[in-house]
Amino acid sequence: MAAPNKKNHDRPTTGHSWDGIEEFDNPMPRWWLWTFYATIIWAVVYWILFPAWPLVRGATAGMLGYSSRADVAAEIQAVDDANAVWYQRLVDTDVNAIHEDADLQRFAVNAGAAVFRAQCSQCHGAGADGIRPGSGFPNLNDDEWMWGGTMDDIVQTVTYGIRNEDFPDARYSEMPSFGRDELLTSEEIDQVVNHVLNISGQAHDAALAEAGAEVFDLNCSSCHGVNGEGDQFQGAPALNNAIWLYGGSEAEIRASVTVAHFGVMPGFTERLNEAQIRAVASYVHQLGGGQ
Amino acid sequence: MWDYVKLIVLAVVAVLAAIAASHARDLAYLVHMIIFMSAAAIAFLWQIRHMEEAVHNQNEYMDGVVRYGVVATAFWGVVGFLVGVVIAFQLAFPSLNLEVLQGFGNFGRLRPLHTSAVIFAFGGNALLASAFYVVQRTTAARLFGGGLAWFVFWGYQVFILMAATGYLLGSTQGQEYAEPEWLTDLWLTIVWVAFLIIYLGTLIKRKEPHIYVANWFYLSFIVTIAMLHVVNNLQIPVSFFGSDSVPVWSGVQSAMVQWWYGHNAVGFFLTAGFLGMMYYFIPKQAERPVYSYKLSIIHFWALIFLYIWAGPHHLHYTALPDWAQTLGMTFSIMLWMPSWGGMINGLMTLSGAWDKLRTDPVIRMMVVAVGFYGMATFEGPMMSIRAVNSLSHYTDWTIGHVHSGALGWNGMITFGMLYYLTPRLWKRERLYSLSLVSWHFWLATIGIVLYAASMWVTGIMEGLMWRQVDAQGFLVNSFADTVGAKFPMYVVRGLGGTMFLVGALIMCYNLWMTVRKVGEAKPAAAAAAVAAE
Repeated sequence: MAAPNKKNHDRPTTGHSWDGIEEFDNPMPRWWLWTFYATIIWAVVYWILFPAWPLVRGATAGMLGYSSRADVAAEIQAVDDANAVWYQRLVDTDVNAIHEDADLQRFAVNAGAAVFRAQCSQCHGAGADGIRPGSGFPNLNDDEWMWGGTMDDIVQTVTYGIRNEDFPDARYSEMPSFGRDELLTSEEIDQVVNHVLNISGQAHDAALAEAGAEVFDLNCSSCHGVNGEGDQFQGAPALNNAIWLYGGSEAEIRASVTVAHFGVMPGFTERLNEAQIRAVASYVHQLGGGQ
Repeated sequence: MWDYVKLIVLAVVAVLAAIAASHARDLAYLVHMIIFMSAAAIAFLWQIRHMEEAVHNQNEYMDGVVRYGVVATAFWGVVGFLVGVVIAFQLAFPSLNLEVLQGFGNFGRLRPLHTSAVIFAFGGNALLASAFYVVQRTTAARLFGGGLAWFVFWGYQVFILMAATGYLLGSTQGQEYAEPEWLTDLWLTIVWVAFLIIYLGTLIKRKEPHIYVANWFYLSFIVTIAMLHVVNNLQIPVSFFGSDSVPVWSGVQSAMVQWWYGHNAVGFFLTAGFLGMMYYFIPKQAERPVYSYKLSIIHFWALIFLYIWAGPHHLHYTALPDWAQTLGMTFSIMLWMPSWGGMINGLMTLSGAWDKLRTDPVIRMMVVAVGFYGMATFEGPMMSIRAVNSLSHYTDWTIGHVHSGALGWNGMITFGMLYYLTPRLWKRERLYSLSLVSWHFWLATIGIVLYAASMWVTGIMEGLMWRQVDAQGFLVNSFADTVGAKFPMYVVRGLGGTMFLVGALIMCYNLWMTVRKVGEAKPAAAAAAVAAE
């Protein structure tokens, strides 16, 4: 039990030694001890004030009557109460007249933006730009609408969604998969793709496009329109401009014709109340493209 | 005779594993059984070639297993840090979740691999190796149980391999830090009980009259982890031939048990166990007596009594009743000083030897470890306060807190331990290069500061952004806005992690060269003259 560090000692040790390690017999630092006591006293006071110790049935409730659930419920209630009059006006006003009341419109856009951030931004992007071109999620900032851009149209889309089976009123249409289901030959697909490239003002093979015009007329025009101008009643997008839901390159158009896309959107009638749906519709309507 | 029993057991295990593998219902189970079968077969062959060998000198310390532990610690450390760097950059640049990695190498699969690799593989091997080393030195007795220590070491590596392959193959029970399924859990239980038997046995046959404080901490770590592990992993397997299982706990009880486990895994694995390490290696490296025996007693008992209550602070503002949240929070606050007791004893042990900080980068590493320990154990109680937690919870602040503890405290004290042990275990007269230790020290320290600071910034920022509402009570930011705002800090975090990893690689090189190039130590240097050697 030799102590190799003896020369360093100016204080007593406990006299133990393990592998040369000794221990000073120093007292505990006073500040340490007193802080420790203070935290214990603080804890006891806290137990008296707040719900703390479990008993046979329930737990001690604490003198302050604290309840985290009651707190958050009261906070939500306070906000709801403050906004109740506005929500009522939003429901009472004709949807197409909301924008005429400047104060109501300001409230609707503000409330709608909050709904959009929580419910819509996951797909449509925080800036409502569809995240990126060709993502399959429509950009809501422009005036190119698939199913219509009036307040009534937007409310309908938000309420019941697109191509979902939850609601019979959901908007529905389906483009055939011309390639996969062998409705067109690969030669015809090449032709019609070049036609679409032509009407959308892109570089194309003139000979193929000419042949494609006939293919388009027979197979596509009933939904997308004779000139590819689209049909909002059927949710058929316009093809004669530079805006693309799934991309407008030759390869992307060919992919869309071969295996058709079937984009869906949930209906929000069970998640949002009428006032919230009108609010989010007002927000989307004023982004730039409302009709 | 005993050797033949072992051969029979190993053969039976190998055959049973082969049979189970042929009935496997999922890939992870199949892989695990192949691991079992291979491990048993290798052990069988090894045993057959070493039958009836002379028994080792029972008067010497058993250091072979500690040497293996040192190598395993360094190896798993590098693996864990590397995976951490990869997932840090996957978060900053999501396109790094490459298409070819989907299903095994995407963030979701790699994240538990990282946490388990650093906590259980790196930290666990560091604790195993140092516990075996320290308990022998401080009891002046050889490890109890003969070859059992080797079983614990290799058994633990098998556990790591099973956990890691399970994560990559998607076999997980979805509980943080307790992801492995029932089969892996059972295997770890067996290994852990053997660890406990060795530790207790060695303490019982000690030649010193008293039990040194480091051993209290190691023992509390081993006992409590066994209890936590068993209770949190009470699962009923769907089939004996599949990985899936159904938990016994459900709903809020399940959440409570999980965080009782999760928090005390931090408390007893990463705090108590590593305090045991600190209590041996700091006095040894500083060549100074421990500052206060009284403090060590009081803070030990206060720490282990209070820690076990603190788990509910992970579940503030959830379905957990308010009273349980209050208890978790108040016990966390009371835990502050007992935690700091270890820091005071570590730092004050250096009083009178502060000049060593200038000349010895190893002691500098240990002191910084204790400093980060003190910072993390102040931050923790503060974050457990309900009002603070409402801002910090679910944000990157928590990630920063964990890493200032894990990189700063556990990482640095382990590096110090490795630098201390390597020359002694391989009987070298010194480390290969002290200036490389300095490089490691600065890379790691700056890396941690970058990591912690960037996470404080993003954590507080996203907490504030999430709760921001306008005068009418409407949300101001979408979740994607907060993600976008964090990008620059995610890059800084990745750089901090990279620096930490580079430091660890430098350490591995330094340790390797110490073993390969440095001359043999001359026997019987004053401090090494220990009773049993």
